Amino acid sequence: MSPEINLTRDPAHLRHGSNIGQPLTRREGMLKVTGAAGYAADNHPPGMLYAVLATASIARGRVTSLDVEAARRHPGVVEVMTQMNRPPLAEDPDAKTNPFMFRMDLLQNDRVRYANQAIAVVIAETLEAATEGAVLLSPRYEAEPARVGLDSNESYAPPAVGVGNPASVQHGGDVESALAGAPHRIDATYETPMQYHNAMEPHAIVASWDGDRLSIDTPSQGMAMAQGRIAGLFGISPDKIHIRSPFLGGGFGSKGLVKGPQVLGILAAKLVGRPVKLVLRREQMYGPVGHRSPSRQRLRIAAAADGRIAAIDHHARIATSSFDDFYEPAADASHTLYASPALATSHEAVRTDVGTPLFMRAPGEATGSIALESAIDEMAFACGLDPLAFRLKNYAEVEPATGKPFSSKALRECYAQGAERFGWSKRSLQPRTMRDDDGFLVGWGMGTATFPALMFAAQARAVIRHDGSGVMESGTHDMGQGAWTAFAQIAADSLALDLDRVAFKAGSSDLPDAGIAGGSAHTATAGTAIHNAGAAVIGKLAELATSDQRSPLFGAGNTGVVARNGRLFRRDDESRGESYADILTRAGLAEIDAQGSGTMDPAAQSNYAMHAHGAVFAEVKVDPDLGQVRVSRMVGVFAAGRVINPRMVRSQLLGGMIWGVSFTLHEQAIIDHRSGRIMNANLSEYHVPVNADVPRMEAFTVDELDPHVNPLGIKGVGEIGITGSAGAVANAVWHATGVRVRRFPIRIDDLLTSEVAGRVG
Amino acid sequence: MNLPLSLTVNGERRELVLDDPRVTLLDLLRERLELTGTKKGCDRGQCGACTVLVDGKRVNSCLALAASQDGAEIVTIEGIAQGGRLHPVQAAFIEHDGLQCGFCTPGQIMSAIGLMMEAQTGSDPERIREAMSGNLCRCGAYAGITEAVLEAQKMLGTSKTERAA
Amino acid sequence: MNRFDYVRPADTAEAVAAASEPGAAYLAAGTNLLDLMKGNIVRPTRLVDVSRLPGLDRIEWQADGSLRIGALVRNADLAHDAAFAKSCPAIAEALLSGASAQLRNAATVGGNLLQRTRCSYFYDTASRCNKRAPGTGCDAREGDNRLHAVLGWSEGCIATHPSDFCVPLAAFDAIVEIEGRNGRREMALDALYPPSGAAPERDNVLKPGELITAVRLPASASAFAGHSRYLKVRERTSYAFALVSAAAGLAIENGTIREARLALGGVAPKPWRARAAEQALAGAHADETAFRRAAAAALDGAKPSGDNAFKIELAQRIVVRALTLAAQGTPDRVPALPASPFSSVAGVRHVA
Repeated sequence: MSPEINLTRDPAHLRHGSNIGQPLTRREGMLKVTGAAGYAADNHPPGMLYAVLATASIARGRVTSLDVEAARRHPGVVEVMTQMNRPPLAEDPDAKTNPFMFRMDLLQNDRVRYANQAIAVVIAETLEAATEGAVLLSPRYEAEPARVGLDSNESYAPPAVGVGNPASVQHGGDVESALAGAPHRIDATYETPMQYHNAMEPHAIVASWDGDRLSIDTPSQGMAMAQGRIAGLFGISPDKIHIRSPFLGGGFGSKGLVKGPQVLGILAAKLVGRPVKLVLRREQMYGPVGHRSPSRQRLRIAAAADGRIAAIDHHARIATSSFDDFYEPAADASHTLYASPALATSHEAVRTDVGTPLFMRAPGEATGSIALESAIDEMAFACGLDPLAFRLKNYAEVEPATGKPFSSKALRECYAQGAERFGWSKRSLQPRTMRDDDGFLVGWGMGTATFPALMFAAQARAVIRHDGSGVMESGTHDMGQGAWTAFAQIAADSLALDLDRVAFKAGSSDLPDAGIAGGSAHTATAGTAIHNAGAAVIGKLAELATSDQRSPLFGAGNTGVVARNGRLFRRDDESRGESYADILTRAGLAEIDAQGSGTMDPAAQSNYAMHAHGAVFAEVKVDPDLGQVRVSRMVGVFAAGRVINPRMVRSQLLGGMIWGVSFTLHEQAIIDHRSGRIMNANLSEYHVPVNADVPRMEAFTVDELDPHVNPLGIKGVGEIGITGSAGAVANAVWHATGVRVRRFPIRIDDLLTSEVAGRVG
Repeated sequence: MNLPLSLTVNGERRELVLDDPRVTLLDLLRERLELTGTKKGCDRGQCGACTVLVDGKRVNSCLALAASQDGAEIVTIEGIAQGGRLHPVQAAFIEHDGLQCGFCTPGQIMSAIGLMMEAQTGSDPERIREAMSGNLCRCGAYAGITEAVLEAQKMLGTSKTERAA
Repeated sequence: MNRFDYVRPADTAEAVAAASEPGAAYLAAGTNLLDLMKGNIVRPTRLVDVSRLPGLDRIEWQADGSLRIGALVRNADLAHDAAFAKSCPAIAEALLSGASAQLRNAATVGGNLLQRTRCSYFYDTASRCNKRAPGTGCDAREGDNRLHAVLGWSEGCIATHPSDFCVPLAAFDAIVEIEGRNGRREMALDALYPPSGAAPERDNVLKPGELITAVRLPASASAFAGHSRYLKVRERTSYAFALVSAAAGLAIENGTIREARLALGGVAPKPWRARAAEQALAGAHADETAFRRAAAAALDGAKPSGDNAFKIELAQRIVVRALTLAAQGTPDRVPALPASPFSSVAGVRHVA
C-alpha cells in the first residue's frame, strides 16, 4: 500500500550520466498537476464521518458550559466529544518527558490556555452538519485577563533555546569594555512579530481504527516520531499504527510533530467507532499548530576606526506559551557570520497566553538574521563603508562563537558572484540618492545568508531484484522540496541503475524510518541512508559474484568491483563483468537487500563548524509620497555543498527568498491585546506575498565540495533562503528612503515621512 | 429540503439531488463527487486553491453555493488532460517547476487556463503576475508559475488574441 | 453555517416577495454573503437566489447618453466591456484593482454595492460590534484600529466601507435603481449609504425585500473620461483591500479645471465623495497648488478613530497623486497593476 511513483516518459527524466546533479523535473509532477496526488484530506474511507473542532474564543480561563444538546439536535450530528466523554488516553497530554514532547490540548479539562484551543469536537454525517454543530455549542466561559505581547509578563532566562542550545554564549574578550572603547558603535533594537506557518494545506487527518490497529492519513514531516507520540498517548505499540503521508501541502515546521487536533481526530474515530476526517479551518491554524515567536532584539556592535568589528552583543526577548517551552533562538544568528574578538548572545523569555510557538522555517535563524543584517548595515554606514566591503572586512575565517574551522565556506564566491550579477558596484553609499525614471525611490540592500548543515538519523532499505531492477525504500516526506525526485536520484546512483529501473518508495510509516524533514537536513540525512543502503546492497551482490566460481568476477575480491548501469565489473579489467540479473538468477535469488543508515559524524561535528552560506542582494522601489514598497529585483547566490537537483534547489531557494520578502514587508499576526484573539486569522488580512509581489528574482548556487558534512557533501537549502533575504530587503528600504525601520514588517505608515522629497511623474 | 441539481462536470452530465442547501460547489466536488483534485486552502475566497471553471470562467468554488450552479458547466483539474495527454499548462508547470508542495497547483493551473481564456494579459509578465495574484503559493513557486503561463500561452498561441483596448 | 431555505424566484416580483420575509437575504454570486455566513456573522434563514433573474445582466446605453448596468453584471465583464472602459476608465480601473480575477468573475455589480465592512471586529463574532449585534458596543474603538475610519465615523462604529468600485461610482454621480414591494424607486448612490451614527447596523437605506436592479451612470460621467484615475494604496501589490484609495476625474479646458470629481475609499463608513474639494478645484489651474488645496479640503474634518492618524496624511497624498495622474491624462489601457502607485505613471512603466 505504500505509494510508489512510476516515471513519466517526459524526456527530462531520462538519465544522462550521473543522476545526481541533473535538473530533472519532479517525478511526482504528473500527479500534482492532474489533481491525482493524494493529500490527507482527499481520503474518504467507507462509512467515514466528519469531525469539526469547536475552539475557544478566549485566551485564558475556563469553559463553563457547552450546549451539547443543541449540537446533537442538529440534523446529521452523530456525536459531540467533550471532556465528559472523550475516550481515555494512556498518557497525560500534559506530560513532558523530553524537550520535544509538546503538551497538547486533548479535552483533558475545562482550561483554556490560548484562543483557538479545541474545546469540543462535533462529529456528523456531513461536513455541513458538523460545522454548524460546532457553532451551536455556544460555549460560555469564565475568562481571565489574557497576557499578550512581550511586555505582559515577567521575563526569565530560558534553560535552553532552539534544539538544546545554550541560552547565552560568550566568546573571546569582554563585550562591554570593547563597546566602551570603540570609535564606532551602534545600539539598536529590532522587533519582529508573531508569524504563522500558513501552509496552503490545513492540518488534516483521516483516522480509522480496526480493533487496536490505527490507520491514519495525515501530513507529517516526521512519521516515526508521530507514530511514537500517538502510540504513547493511546498505549499501543507503534507498529500498530500506520501513517500515510505521501504528500504534504506544505509544512514549514508546523507538521514536524503531530499536533493536538490530529490526535483529536483519532479520538473522535475511537469514540464513534467509524473512520473520521478532521480538517482544520484556516482560522483554527492560528493556535494549536505552532507559530514563530515575536521577538525584540537589541544589537550592540562596536567597530574600530578602520571598520573592523570589535564586539557584537545580541540579546533577544522572545515569548513562549503559559504551559510549554519553545524558545526561538534568535540571538544565535550572531554565532556564525561576522568575526568579532568579543561576542555575546543571550535570550530572555516571557510566558504569554498563546499556543506554544514552534519551529517555523529557519527558526531563530530568520528572526535573528533580519536584526543582525540590519545592524550590520547600520554599522557599515556608521563606519562610512559599503555594506559589502564592511562584510568582507569582517569575514569570519573561523566560526566566531567557537573558533572552529568551517568544514567548507564558499561565501566569498557568493558575495562576488552576487554583487556582479546584481551590479552592486553602482550603488551609492548615501541613502535616498537613487531614483528611477518614474521618480520612485530606489534602494539597494544586501544580507548574508547562513544556515547550519545539520544531520539527524535515517534508515533506508535497498533491494536489487532478479530482473536487475532496484527498489529503494525510505519513509521520506515530500513537502514540496522534491523528496520524490532527489532521493530517487541518489537511490539510482547508489544502485548504479538508470532512474527508470529504480522504484522509490516513500511517504509511509511502514517503510524504514527516514527521520524528520526539518532543519534543512532531510536530503542530507535520508540521502546518506539511501546512499549507504545502495552501497551495502551492491556490496552484498559483489560478495555473491566474487565468491561464485561461475562468475567472471570470481576472485575479484582483492582488486574490487565497480557497479555501473546494472552491471558489476572487475576494477582491474572492465572487460570482465556481468549484470545484476545474471548474478541473482544464477544464485537462485529473487532479490537481495541491505539496510543503510544516515547519521551525523560526531567527530566531524566536533572538529568543524558546518554551515551553508549565501549572499542576497535586493532592489526595492518606494513611492516617495505614498510609502508603498515593492521589491523589484533580487539576486541570491548560495553555497550549500552538493546540489542533488538544481531545478528543485532553485525553487527552494526562491521560495525562501520570498519568505524573506514576506518577513520584511508583509506578514504578521495582529493580536487584540484585551482578548488575546488573533484578529487576522485568515489569508485575507494575514498577508503573504502574492505573485505580483515577486517580480524578478534569481537564485544561483556556487560549487562547494564539502568532505566533512556527510558522504554526499549535502548541506541543505530549505531554510537558508529566508536568512539574508529579509535583511537585504530591509536594508534596501533604508537605502531607498533614509528611514531605518526597526519594527517588522515595515509598514506604509513607517515611511510616510513628513518631507515630501519630490513628485513622481 | 431536497434540491435537484443538474451539472456538467468535466464533460459528464450529472443529475444530483442535494439534501442540504449549504453545500458549496467545492464541498460538492470534494466530498460528494470524489473529485478531490480541487483543494480547500481557506474556504473563504482568500487563497484560490479551489479555483475551477464555471461556464468557462475561473471562480473560487468555496464561495459558490452548489444549488446556485444548477445547469452550469464545471471543469476541474481532473478534466483538462485529454486522453492521457497533459494540457499545455500542466506540462509547462512541470517543466518550469511552477509548483513545490503541489497543494495550490490545481487552483493555479485552473486559474492559468482561465487567464488565457480571458485574453487580457498578452505576454506581459507583469500582467500575468497581477492576473495570477488570486492564487497564493506559500512555497513561493511564483517565478516558475509565471514562466509556465508564458510558455503555455506561446504553445497555445493565445497571446495574439490579446485585446488592443 | 445555519440551515436555510433556498428559493429561486422566476422574476423580480417573485424575488421581492420572497425576500420580504424576516430572515431572508438575497444571494447573487455569494462571494461576500457566503463568506459572512461561513463566519456566522450573518445567519439568514432564507436565501433568495437572484443570480439568474432575467434581464439584470445587461450593459445598456440609454438614449440620453447615460449607461445602465444591470445589477447582475459581473465585475470582470463590466471592467472588460470596451465601451464602458472607454467612457468610465476610472471605474474600470477600480473594478480591476479589487479582489482577484476569480472573485471579479463571480461578484456582481449589485453585490459590490452591498458588501459589508471588513472590520476585523465585525468579523470576529466574539467581539462587541454595533454593526453585527446592535447595542453591544464597539471593540474596534479601543482595539487594533490602524485601518479604521478617519472620516464620517461615530463613537458607535469606526468601520470602513471596503469597496473599490463604489468609490468612482460615488464620484461620478451613479444612481441606483431599486425594486421593492411598492414598485421601483431610485436614488443617488451617495444616498444609499446612510450617515454613520445612530444606527451602525444599517449599512444602507434599503427596506426589507428591496432589490438593487441596476446602477446608472449619467451621461456627465463620460465627460471626465480623458482625465480620470483610480489609485489605491495597499499592503501588498495585489489581492488586498485599500488602505486608502481615491477616484479622481477632471474636465480640463486650456489647463483650467472646468469641473472635478473626487471620492475616497477606505477612509469612511461609505464611499466618500469630497464635494468641497471638487468645488475648490473648479476654475483652478490644474497644478499642484490646486491639488494640495483640494486634498486639504477633502480631509477637512478628518480625525483619527484610533491608531490611524497616518491615514489622514496618506489620504491627502493620494488625493494629490490621483489628481496629478488624472491631469496627465487617462492611459490608453488600464495599467498592468490597476490602481497601483507602481504602474500609475502613464500606465506603461512596470517591471518586466
